Amino acid sequence: MTATETPLIIAGKQYQSRLIVGSGKYQSFEQNLEALVASGAEMITVAIRRVNLGQNKGEPSLLEVISAQQYTILPNTAGCYNAADAVRTCRMARELLDGHKLVKLEVLGDQKTLYPNVTETLIAAQELVKDGFDVMVYTSDDPLIAKRLEEMGCVAVMPLGAPIGSGLGIRNPYNIRMILENAKVPIIVDAGVGTASDAAIAMELGCDGVLMNTAIAEAKNPILMASAMKKAVESGREAFRAGRMPRRLYASASSPIDGTFF
Amino acid sequence: MQIFVNGDSVELKEGATLIDLLEHLSLQDAKVAIERNQSIVPRSQHAQQGLADQDQIEIVHAIGGG
Repeated sequence: MTATETPLIIAGKQYQSRLIVGSGKYQSFEQNLEALVASGAEMITVAIRRVNLGQNKGEPSLLEVISAQQYTILPNTAGCYNAADAVRTCRMARELLDGHKLVKLEVLGDQKTLYPNVTETLIAAQELVKDGFDVMVYTSDDPLIAKRLEEMGCVAVMPLGAPIGSGLGIRNPYNIRMILENAKVPIIVDAGVGTASDAAIAMELGCDGVLMNTAIAEAKNPILMASAMKKAVESGREAFRAGRMPRRLYASASSPIDGTFF
Repeated sequence: MQIFVNGDSVELKEGATLIDLLEHLSLQDAKVAIERNQSIVPRSQHAQQGLADQDQIEIVHAIGGG
């Protein structure tokens, strides 16, 4: 609990918004950009993929629509199932973004759960830190692994709330609390948020931020949901700073007993 | 000579450079990153980088993702 706000700093850069958004699953770049503006986010993830040869040559690229001057671009390693592919992807991202060092490392375990492959994640994190990258790392909600990734030099640790794209919310708030208790780097819940209350819960637990894609992009009205998420993250953060009342099994009257006239 | 770009076969004349390939693909002005045989070729070296028969070229860009 802290009534005075401390700024969110990731790899030396200060952010006003504690919401990080994705750029996948939108119907168009325009819808993506509108949702980004409505979310108030200052950081947005992108994926690195082969250029489509032959077709749609005149098509604008994502980076022409979302300005790297205005937003922090966070290239991810989504789709990588081993450390070598993830490291290779980060190096391509760094070349693509003119030496940009900030990356979101995610090494996946299997296609059904998209759970992180923690052993490969540890190998990739070590290699990337050694190579000078600022690594924001997607991982399981295991407090020991989270600490280990911090000690290896990751600039932010991003435990899942629930599987990617599942929208199931924060399934294990007690683990997130344990991770937070030991952390000295920003802890950002990445994956699992389904609606605004899930984001608020993550922030009320004391997380430094929330990263989400599907919850906004797959909402019936993504722009309205982006705005809801902005408020949820802000209100969850304020509630955390305010310090919530204790939970009680039984009632506690709000009006005084003294002075009743009956 | 035959090279492979993102897995597809492309025929180029002998002595072609990476910038020739990019022009052939109308990608000379695109924001891309390039690997030649799994080594990154920095943007500043695209003009000088020669290509050889059976080269494996990967050309990537940023797309939407979470």
